[in-house]
Amino acid sequence: MSLVDDFVARIEGTCGAEKDVIVVFKYDKKDEAIARIRKNAELKNSIAGIIFELVFRDKSFRVYASGKAIFRSIKDKKELYDLLAGLLL
Amino acid sequence: MDSYKIREDFPILKITINNNPLIYFDNAATTQKPRQVIEAIKDFYEAHNANVHRAVHTLSLEATELHEKARERISRFINAKDSTEVVFVRGTTEAINLVAYSWGLRNLGVGDEVLLSLMEHHSNIVPWEIISKIRGFTIKYGKVHADGTLDYEDFESKFSSKTKMTCLSHVSNVSGVINDVGKIARVAHEHHALMLVDGAQSVPHMPVDVRDLDVDFLAFSGHKMLGPTGIGVLYGKKELLEKMEPFQGGGEMIKEVSFNHGRGRCDISWNEPPWKFEAGTPNISGSIALGEAVKYLQQIGMDEVFQHERELNEHAVEQLRECTKVIIHGPSDLSLKCGIIPFTVDGLSSHDVALYCDNYGIMIRSGFHCAQPLHEVFNLASSARASFYIYNTREEIDRFIEVLKEIEQL
Repeated sequence: MSLVDDFVARIEGTCGAEKDVIVVFKYDKKDEAIARIRKNAELKNSIAGIIFELVFRDKSFRVYASGKAIFRSIKDKKELYDLLAGLLL
Repeated sequence: MDSYKIREDFPILKITINNNPLIYFDNAATTQKPRQVIEAIKDFYEAHNANVHRAVHTLSLEATELHEKARERISRFINAKDSTEVVFVRGTTEAINLVAYSWGLRNLGVGDEVLLSLMEHHSNIVPWEIISKIRGFTIKYGKVHADGTLDYEDFESKFSSKTKMTCLSHVSNVSGVINDVGKIARVAHEHHALMLVDGAQSVPHMPVDVRDLDVDFLAFSGHKMLGPTGIGVLYGKKELLEKMEPFQGGGEMIKEVSFNHGRGRCDISWNEPPWKFEAGTPNISGSIALGEAVKYLQQIGMDEVFQHERELNEHAVEQLRECTKVIIHGPSDLSLKCGIIPFTVDGLSSHDVALYCDNYGIMIRSGFHCAQPLHEVFNLASSARASFYIYNTREEIDRFIEVLKEIEQL
C-alpha cells in the first residue's frame, strides 16, 4: 500500500465550475495526516484550529480538522497524488 | 406545527457530527426518516414479506394489500382520480425517463418541439436531450430572470402548434422558486401539448392537487418526503397511461405471453396501468414506507408544512442579509419561494463553505445541485444551499448564521 493509500479514504471531484477536489482522510488516521501535512507545508492562516490554509510546492490548499482537504486547480490525478505523497511524508 | 415534538420521531437528529449536534440543512437532496417510516420497513420484512400480486398464499395477499393501500393513500395525497394513476418508480428521474421513453419515443418526431426551462434539474433535461437525438425533435428552453424566477412571457411565447410536451419544475431545487405550473398547463393545453411537472421539490413541501393544476404527468421522489430511497411516483392521467406503451418489459407488466406456433414468436398483451409500467418485482417495502411517510405528512397537514418552511426561510434570509460577505441568490420577494436558500460567500468556494459548516455538524450542499444551466444564468461557478424541512428550527438557523459569520472572517 502506498503512503497516500495508507492515509486517504476517498478522493471526490466536486460538482461546480471550480473543479475543486476534496481529499477525505481515513477517520482513524486523520489526525496523523493533518500533523504530517502541517509539518511539510507552510501555514498561511489558521482559524480556530478548524481550518488551516497551507501552501506546498506553490499550491495553496485548505485542510479541515474534520479530516478533509480541499485542493483546486489540480491538473490530473497524478499531480494530486504527487502532492499528497510529498505532504504525507 | 410543533417541530420540537416532530424531532422526537427522528432518531438521526440525536447524533453528533464532529462533536456537534447534527443540523441537517440538506433536505432538498434527501430528507431524514421518522421512526414510523423505519418501523414500516422493519415490520414488512419481519411480518409480511412476500412477493406481490398473483400468488394466492396468505403472506402474498398481505403484502399486496399493504402495497396497494400505499398506492391508494398516495393517490389521495395528490388528489388523483384513483390509484391506477399512480405508477411506482425508483424516483423522479425514473418517472421522467418513463414518460420520455414510453411517450416521447412514440409520439415525438422531426418538426415537433418539447419546451423546457433553464431552471430544470438535469433529470428533466437529459432524458429529453437523449430522446431528441433518436427522434430528431427540437427542444426549446424558456428563459429565467436574473433573480431565478421564470420568464413567463418568454416561456409562453415559445409555445406553438409544434409544441407537443412541456416540462417544468414546480419548485426549483436551487432557488426554491415556485412556478405557476397550473397557468403553464392551461397554456400547454390551449396548444394541444401535454404538461409534465417535476414535483420533486413541491410534493414534499406544499399541497399539490393534480386535478386542480390539471397537469398530465407529475413526478416525485419518496426520499425527499420522509420516505426511503429507491421509491417514487409517476402520476399520469389515466387516459394517457392507457395509450402509452410500456417502459420496461418483464413480469408483472404483462397480461399474457403466449407462444404463437404460426408466427414462431410470442404474442404479448400488456397489463392495465399502472402495473403495465411496473416490470419486475416492485420495491414493496419502499412503497409501504412511502405510504407511511405520506400518512405522517397528512397528520401534520401540508399547509402547516409549507407555512413552517416559509417562516424558517424568512427568519434565515433576514439574518443572512446582515452577513457582509454572504450573497443570497434568488428572488428578494420571499413569497415567491419555498425553504431553499442558495448563497455564496465572497472569496470562498461553495465547497469551502460546506466543509466549514461540516466541522460544526451543519450539513449543507455545495456545487451545481444538478442544475448547471441555472448556475450559468446566475453566473456562478457553484453555490452553497441550505434547505429546510419540518424538523428544522429557528435555533438551528441561528447557529448556522453564527458559523457563517465566522466563515466571513476567512
